[in-house]
Amino acid sequence: MTIPEIHTYLREKLPGAGLELVEAHPDPVIRVPAEAMIEVAGVLRDDSELHFECLMCLSGLETAEEMLVVYHLYSMRHGHKCTLKCGGPKGDQVVVPTVCRIWPTAEWHEREAFDLFGIRFEGHPDPRRILCPDDWEGHPLRKDYVPQEKWHDIPLTQRGYGRSREGGGL
Amino acid sequence: MIEGRFGPNIIITSADRVINWARSRSLWPLTFGLACCAIEMMATNASRFDLDRFGIFPRPTPRQSDCLLVSGTVTAKMGERLVRLYEQMAEPKWVISMGACANSGGPYYEHGYHVVKGVDQIIPVDVYIPGCPPRPEALIDGFLRLREKIMRETIARKQA
Repeated sequence: MTIPEIHTYLREKLPGAGLELVEAHPDPVIRVPAEAMIEVAGVLRDDSELHFECLMCLSGLETAEEMLVVYHLYSMRHGHKCTLKCGGPKGDQVVVPTVCRIWPTAEWHEREAFDLFGIRFEGHPDPRRILCPDDWEGHPLRKDYVPQEKWHDIPLTQRGYGRSREGGGL
Repeated sequence: MIEGRFGPNIIITSADRVINWARSRSLWPLTFGLACCAIEMMATNASRFDLDRFGIFPRPTPRQSDCLLVSGTVTAKMGERLVRLYEQMAEPKWVISMGACANSGGPYYEHGYHVVKGVDQIIPVDVYIPGCPPRPEALIDGFLRLREKIMRETIARKQA
């Protein structure tokens, strides 16, 4: 199935989920509201026509207005792929339900998205940082991130002969 | 050295020279492979470049090492562990910084929010090897430079 076909199929299965098809390059994307994410994910995995047993990747994404989670799914049985996006506007704390009970792979990926983008995953069994140290300040891949000068007395700044922070560096 | 003065099998030399000779000819580095430089380090240790012919033999523990070979990108998180391992090494000890990342942060100098901009900011470094990554020949040259440096040392203490 192509992604528009998957979208039509899902809308028939879950008419109340509020799924939207967003045109994007190279493939369209299905936009899922956070409230419906668990239900949609369950159907995507368990429905015999869709059968997306593999979550290839889960990543965080910051756009100009939104903080998003991107899910790349693959069905080994049918050989088709599909991309989902889920998230919210940037001003508030973005909360997305965890899908790690549907695809266990998601557990570490969600920890990474939390670590680097600060997206919270509701119901995650172990919502710690995964790459940065536990006492790290901020979420490094956000556009408004201000780097730390020091961490545990280890200097992280440039040595003075580089460009200054104000001069268009970080 | 005075040779041939005391008959066969006796060589007279200074304690400094003997000690430095022994230290510099059996450098056992604590391998600290952190990134792609580690691949070159492994190649240098392996049979083609054969660091063993210099008496350089990689050790997996700081307790048996004379020299710390930092090969790769040092992040803040790893920096803390690096300092701990350095402190666990017995004196005398030397440090070789291998590659652009360990020397200065390298490609992460500008935007690496979690990269230490040079391992010499956290531990003292004896030899810097430039390159990204340095070729095995460069690493061997670095070890030879460290040898020369060790040969210039003395066990005598300066008078206070």
